[in-house]
Amino acid sequence: MKRTPLYDQYCSMPKVKLIDFGGWELPVNFEAGILAEHHAVRNAVGLFDISHMGECIIRGHLAATFLDYLVTNTVVDMTDGQIIYALMCYPDGTVVDDLIIYRIDSETYWVVMNAANIEKDLRWITKENPWSSSNKEMPEVIDYSDQTAQMALQGPSAISVIGRLCPEGASLGFFRFLPEAKIASKTCILSRNGYTGEDGFEIYCKAADAPVIWNALLTTGKDFNILPCGLGARDTLRLEAKLPLYGHEISDTITPLEANLGVFVRFDKPDFCGKQALKRQEQSGVPRSLRGFEMIDAAVPRNGYRVFLKEKDIGYVTSGTKSPTLGIFCGYMLIDRDTGLKFGDEIDIEIHGKKKRAKLVKTPFYKKTPKK
Amino acid sequence: MSKIPTDLRYSKDHEWVRIVQDAALVGITDYAQDSLGEIVFVELPPVDEAYAADEEIANIESVKAASAIYNPIAGTVSAVNDELDGSPELINEDCYKHYLYQLKDFNKADVEALLDAKGYEEFLRTL
Repeated sequence: MKRTPLYDQYCSMPKVKLIDFGGWELPVNFEAGILAEHHAVRNAVGLFDISHMGECIIRGHLAATFLDYLVTNTVVDMTDGQIIYALMCYPDGTVVDDLIIYRIDSETYWVVMNAANIEKDLRWITKENPWSSSNKEMPEVIDYSDQTAQMALQGPSAISVIGRLCPEGASLGFFRFLPEAKIASKTCILSRNGYTGEDGFEIYCKAADAPVIWNALLTTGKDFNILPCGLGARDTLRLEAKLPLYGHEISDTITPLEANLGVFVRFDKPDFCGKQALKRQEQSGVPRSLRGFEMIDAAVPRNGYRVFLKEKDIGYVTSGTKSPTLGIFCGYMLIDRDTGLKFGDEIDIEIHGKKKRAKLVKTPFYKKTPKK
Repeated sequence: MSKIPTDLRYSKDHEWVRIVQDAALVGITDYAQDSLGEIVFVELPPVDEAYAADEEIANIESVKAASAIYNPIAGTVSAVNDELDGSPELINEDCYKHYLYQLKDFNKADVEALLDAKGYEEFLRTL
């Protein structure tokens, strides 16, 4: 199994639970457990090793135009130091991957990919997409995945921790970044974003510098009750905050419109890969819709469980859990749109061979309270 | 190291059985609760239903995953542990104190045929 540059920092910690996550040996939780780690991020601060994520640089005078074609969001009007969330689609409108794009300068972009998709994404970006395969001039694409470590510092006290280690970082706006920040004398990309629904930061550095930064964050974080956090809490946190997970809410069989991510699909752009198919889908009616539900009967809904309206199979659960923050069993489902279901309407979810009652509710399940 | 009380019998699916008068109490072992992680829901069988050995009888859900519980010995459910309804985490706190369900009409020889503590400990070492 592959290990991240931080593996040695936690492999000997007491009660850390390591799992095989798509070929990576990563902590699902540390000693405190998933629930305590989840609450630490909601109420204090947590630190995640997410070095399994992929990164590449796309560079050259065509970089912006090329990326603008490759993703559904707009890249050409980004400013230096800005970050956007972007969906990279196939010509049929389904999703290759969701990306985070950082503009370092007008000809240099840092692109973050899902760990399980790195090879597929790089093949798509460099060879298989319609632009590259038509022998048009290409920007340079350089894979940095193996040599880069990534950490996420998340929670209301994340800003206090960063304030002590990198004061400049504490004044970053949301979805902005510093291309050359210093933490414990090590250079890193420091950005104000995350995948938990809380305020927080992500940090990218050279693999060799990762242990120093990890330990500096944990040591400084002690005053703020920091906990190292695993993938278990990362999943419950993102689920409560309605942040999509590739392979669940989006995939190569689901379009952004079905996943209610239309706000990231910019039909006003002249062209992008998947535009025609998505435009057609928008005009002819999006067939399925991602909806939130809460269980009425106690049971844990999970990915793949079927959803029924009366006796009719109308779709399936994409993600579900018992929300640690709210204490309810809840999740998302991809269901036929022509059912016309409204908030409060009841459906059945088949769990362990039995139909369990659930109802449609508004999402996100959790939204952080804005600072007064 | 997993806790394995010497006065119980064990299945290879990581359940324990304790005889209390006419009832057989069934729970999950320390090894099982530790591998499952934090338990958030327990689905228990209906009372008075008869189950064969190795039949799926209950479900335990942790934050991470669902896990089926296989009935270790044939019998009829005489009671379930209602405390777990609101507080499934009790299993993580003390898995040998908090049973899942009780069986009646079971065969004592079936219980004797399960692993003793030493046998279960040896079995765990092979995993």
